[in-house]
Amino acid sequence: MGINFKDETFRDDFTFFNSPEQIRRFPFPFHEDSYMYSVNMEPHTPVVPGSVYENRFDVDEHYVSEMRDRAMVLADDPLRCQSLPHMTLAGWDLLELIMEAKSEDYPDLFSLTRDGNKWHWINKPMGIDQKFVFMDEATLPYGPMEYITRQTQGDFAVLDQRDDNLWMDAGMVTTQADWSLDFDIGMNFFEWHAPVPKAHEMGIFVRALKFLLNIQQGAPARRLNWTMTVNPLLDTSPENYHKWGVQKKGLTLENMGQKMHLRVELQTFFRMPRSNALIFPIRAYLIKMDELVTVPKWGRRFHRVLRDLPEELATYKGFIDNRPKILEWLSKYDDGTPTSPGVWPDPE
Amino acid sequence: MSAGTAKINVTVTDVTKVNDLVTRFRFARTDGGPLPHFSGGAHTVVEMDDNGTIRLNPYSLMSDPADQTAYTISVRRDDEGRGGSLFMHNHVKPGMEMVISNPVNLFPLDLRARKHLLLAGGIGITPFLAQIKQLATSNGHFELHYSVRSKLLGSYVNELTGHYPNNVHIYFDDQKQAIDLENLLDGQPLGTHIYVCGPKGMIDWVRNMAESLGWPREAVHHEEFLAPASGKPFEVKLSRSNKVIKVGEHQSLLEAIEAAGVDAPYLCRGGACGQCETEVIGYDGKFLHNDHWLTDEEHASGKKIMPCVSRFEGKTLVLDR
Repeated sequence: MGINFKDETFRDDFTFFNSPEQIRRFPFPFHEDSYMYSVNMEPHTPVVPGSVYENRFDVDEHYVSEMRDRAMVLADDPLRCQSLPHMTLAGWDLLELIMEAKSEDYPDLFSLTRDGNKWHWINKPMGIDQKFVFMDEATLPYGPMEYITRQTQGDFAVLDQRDDNLWMDAGMVTTQADWSLDFDIGMNFFEWHAPVPKAHEMGIFVRALKFLLNIQQGAPARRLNWTMTVNPLLDTSPENYHKWGVQKKGLTLENMGQKMHLRVELQTFFRMPRSNALIFPIRAYLIKMDELVTVPKWGRRFHRVLRDLPEELATYKGFIDNRPKILEWLSKYDDGTPTSPGVWPDPE
Repeated sequence: MSAGTAKINVTVTDVTKVNDLVTRFRFARTDGGPLPHFSGGAHTVVEMDDNGTIRLNPYSLMSDPADQTAYTISVRRDDEGRGGSLFMHNHVKPGMEMVISNPVNLFPLDLRARKHLLLAGGIGITPFLAQIKQLATSNGHFELHYSVRSKLLGSYVNELTGHYPNNVHIYFDDQKQAIDLENLLDGQPLGTHIYVCGPKGMIDWVRNMAESLGWPREAVHHEEFLAPASGKPFEVKLSRSNKVIKVGEHQSLLEAIEAAGVDAPYLCRGGACGQCETEVIGYDGKFLHNDHWLTDEEHASGKKIMPCVSRFEGKTLVLDR
């Protein structure tokens, strides 16, 4: 495996960048030269060795630094992690799923040994060696959901299923694209999606909810979502808008390649066995414009997608003011030639 | 996305007669590995090759949800039915290899409840057996009221009263005992949730009583599996797959679609979950709708059908499948 974990920052001096290998495994979300909402759900089964879709929970070169950033966010604002009382069982489900998945998928990095309810978890990249009793909260330093999501990249919404709806009743949310767990906690699927334009009228949420309610054990699903982020900020939360919102100003053609990032969320959905909860991991991947255009197909296509994106979407995604400048920068990388189908880079 | 759920290969390790009508089956994984955990109230879909007709029947899991060594189900023999329960009773023997689905829960506990009031009639006891084991290990507060025909036909009555003497109340029909429902529902503490599983008449009785007493809809849960009705054979055109299929007398429309090799979605196979909802492109005849999913207007519209339980009589039926 041999992941070279980087020591980098997602705040202040922003030393984050992607290695060339990491660029080529970036989950570029556009399979054609235009974009519109769709439910775009597919089974979360392993495809393309080395890609972010190979394992149930992708671990990459940013792992250790992302976990350090999460700990800093939580120290400043403990409400980024909440779990209503009836969701503790779902937390144990999640802990088991992640420990099993990581120890099976990355045996050189993680190990889980079980003797009945006596569990022993080793996380080598983070230097953690923990013995605990499964289902006994007193034996862990945090509740089960918080414990394991402090060691797993991506945000986690833990959804209770009842009354033919999903309820945001627990979560760990520190790397979000401008939404707040503290605001959404206890809301149902339609309530927390209320701010999204167009999709309600298109009936997308009714169809998406029906699909999600029927996700079954042993058959996880995934989809991608995307937005744009200025500076490699993991924490673009409403709580901290006063800190990152101002950073959207001051973009120039000179600093665009380094400061502007495409932010892609790999969203997955797992049905939990004991609690019947639906786990919704939202894993954010960032790529600088300079990095993105090292794949010529992506540079051409991304220019066309942004150029033709409806105004409401550019507004909702928060880059309407910067769009003209981004397009001017990207146009240099679009020679007008056709792009090949699918998301993957062309062979070099 | 493929139809239904992920499958598990199992071996029947025990077949136990519970009483004259009910037999219990125990399944372990054929490869010896652990079965998935499940949540109380979940069912599994058992695949049967009934002399060339493939049947997929849902049965509630009744074993301890935390027990990964085996799943158990209890099947009530239905001599008038289409043959699924008869197949289980007459043909399934220890050592036989079968295929079941991953657990699916359409009747979960609401874990916010301060108290779980469980109302069972007859074979409707099975999902509660698993829920009670789950609640007992998590210190959940529950009370079971269970109606059976007689001592001889009261499945698991002795086990329940033996293990949970303070939580279980049994009512014998042949001794003219009945749940005093109005008083029972009227005297529950705030935060109680009601769960009912049994014959349709019992489910309607409980839901109506709860509604008339002002219970919130969200606090009243029910599970009713309809067995697909038999009926006259009919012909269907599947337009997307460009096939004409015949639905046999004792076959459901969904089973006939599957037998033709067409991948159709499903979950409950009992007219409740909505997953198999199918668009009607054209028809000349009469629908026999048997589901709980579509509204009365949708039933009347002639635009949708639930192929797991509903049938058709007439000249032509064209489906978008």
